[in-house]
Amino acid sequence: MALQSLDIARRSATTTPPPAVRETTEVAKLIDVSTCIGCKACQAACMEWNDIRDEVGTNSGVYDNPADLTAKSWTVMRYAEVEEKGRLEWLIRKDGCMHCADPGCLKACPAPGAIIQYANGIVDFHQENCIGCGYCITGCPFNIPRISKEDSKAYKCSLCSDRVAVGQAPACAKVCPTGAIQFGSKEQMKDYADKRIGDLKSRGYDKAGLYDPQGVGGTHVMYVLHHADRPELYKGLPNDPGISPLVSLWKGFAKPLANVALAAVALGSLFHYVTKGPNEVSKELEDELEKEDAQ
Amino acid sequence: MIRNPKDLKRYTAQERANHWVVGISFILLAISGLAFFHPAFWPMTQLFGGGVWARILHPFLGVLMALSFLSIFFRFRSLNVMTPTDREWLSRAKEMVDGNDHDMPEQGKYNGGQKMMFWALALCMLLLMVSGVLLWRAYFGFPVELVRFGAVIHAATAAVMIALIMVHIYAAIWVKGTVRAMWYGTVTRAWAKQHHRAWYRQVTGK
Ligand code: HEM
Ligand code: SF4
Ligand code: SF4
Repeated sequence: MALQSLDIARRSATTTPPPAVRETTEVAKLIDVSTCIGCKACQAACMEWNDIRDEVGTNSGVYDNPADLTAKSWTVMRYAEVEEKGRLEWLIRKDGCMHCADPGCLKACPAPGAIIQYANGIVDFHQENCIGCGYCITGCPFNIPRISKEDSKAYKCSLCSDRVAVGQAPACAKVCPTGAIQFGSKEQMKDYADKRIGDLKSRGYDKAGLYDPQGVGGTHVMYVLHHADRPELYKGLPNDPGISPLVSLWKGFAKPLANVALAAVALGSLFHYVTKGPNEVSKELEDELEKEDAQ
Repeated sequence: MIRNPKDLKRYTAQERANHWVVGISFILLAISGLAFFHPAFWPMTQLFGGGVWARILHPFLGVLMALSFLSIFFRFRSLNVMTPTDREWLSRAKEMVDGNDHDMPEQGKYNGGQKMMFWALALCMLLLMVSGVLLWRAYFGFPVELVRFGAVIHAATAAVMIALIMVHIYAAIWVKGTVRAMWYGTVTRAWAKQHHRAWYRQVTGK
C-alpha cells in the first residue's frame, strides 16, 4: 500500500535516505494469547478488509484452517495442545508478520522499494516493485512471507497500513470479540501488557511475560504469553529470533567490499596495460620464421 | 578467412561456438546476478526488460551455461592436467605479469596460469550451479537454512568468478594475437613459438 510517503524509515535495496521528514509515533499490536478464544474472527476480518479470499481447503483433522499462511491468508490461528502440571492447556496463537524493528525480509530484498518500513514501525510489501525472488522468505526469522503462485509476488500481513495511516486500528484488532488484540502506541501496549502479565502471575502463571524479541530489535506485533520462558510451546514461536548470521554475512559489509574488489580488478587490468604495455609477439621471432619460410 | 596458410589451428569451429555460448550466457548471468547482488547494479535489470524478467531468466541462463560448460570441461580437461613445468611457470608468474616472458619455462597448449584458471572456473561453476538451484524459489523449496547457506555461497562464488573472468578476458586482450583464436581459430606461428613453445614444437614437428 503506497499511501504514506513522507514517513519512511527504511526502503529495500536503497542506499540513500528515504523521505522521512514526517515523524509518527511507533505503533504496536498486542496479542494477548491468554484471552484469545480461537474464534478466528480476526482471520475473517483480515480477508474482508483486504478483500482477498483464499481457496477453500480441506479439514486436516485439527482446528488450524487454513493449515498455513499463504499469499491469500495473511494471518492464521495456530492451536497447540500441551500438558502443563498434569493439566491440558490449549494454547492458541494468532500467527502473522511480527513487523520487526530490524526486518530480515527488508534486509534481504534486492528490489528497490519492494519492502518499506514506515516510521511507525509497520513493515509493508509494495507488490508493484516485487520481482518474486523470495529473498524475503530467506531473510525472515519467522517464516512469514509467501509468494503467490498466480502472480509471483510476495504477500504478508500489512498491519493494515492503509487503516493505520488514517487513524484506524487494524481490522483484526477492531473485530476481536474478547479484546485479545489491542492496538495503540508501542508504549501504551507495553503498559497494557504489564497489567495483563500481573494478572496472569497472580493466577499462578509465574512465567507469564511479554514477547517483544530484542534479537530483531523488538517487534510491532507483540504477544502476552503465559509461558514466556518457552515460546516454542505456542506452535514453534522462536525462542530468541534474530536475523540469521548467514543472512547478515550475505547482505552485510562483504557486498560493498566485493564491489570495490571487482572495480579494483577492472581498473588494475587497465592500468597494467597502460603501465606495462601489451604483450606483443616479438619481431625477432616473426623475422626468424619469415627467414625459415624463404629458405 | 585464412590470412596465412601457415597459421596454426588452435580451436575447431565447434570448440569456438561452445566457448561463445558459455561466454555469452556468463555475461548475461553476471549482469543479471549483479543487479540482485547490490542496488548499485539494479539499473542493469532494464537490459532484460525489468527486474521480474531478470529474475525469471537468470536461472535458465545458468542451466544453459552449466550444460555448455560441461561440454567445454570434457573437451579440455585432459589438456589442463598440471605438470611440474607448470608449477615452475607459476612460481615465476611475476615475470610473466611484468611482461618479461621470454625465458619462462616452455609451455604446452596451456600454461600453468591458464590451467589454474580452468580448474578454478570449473569449481566456481559447480558451486554456482548447486547453490543457484537452492535459491531457485520458482521451482524448488529447500529448507530455509540451506537456502541461506546457498545465498552466501552463490554471491561469494559469483564475485570470485566475475573477477576470474575479468582476468581471463584481460589476459586475452593483453597477449596480442590471442583473441583471433576465439574468432576464427588460428594463431600465428610466432605467437605459438613465443607463448606455447612446447605446443608449437608438437604441432609443427620443429
Ligand atoms: C549455474 C547456474 C546458476 C543458477 C541455477 C543460478 C540461479 C540463481 C538464482 C535462482 C538466483 C536468485 C535470483 C533469481 O531467482 O533469479 C541467483 C542470484 C544470483 N546469481 Fe545466479 N545462478 C547461476 C549462475 C550464476 C553465475 C554464473 C553468476 C555470475 C557470474 C551468477 C550470479 C548471481 C548473483 C550475483 C546473484 C545475486 C546474489 C545475491 O543476491 O547476492 N549466477 N542465481
Ligand atoms: S516477521 Fe518476517 S516478514 Fe514480518 S517484518 Fe519480520 S522479517 Fe519481515
Ligand atoms: S520476493 Fe520478497 S525479496 Fe524478492 S523482490 Fe519481492 S518482496 Fe523483495
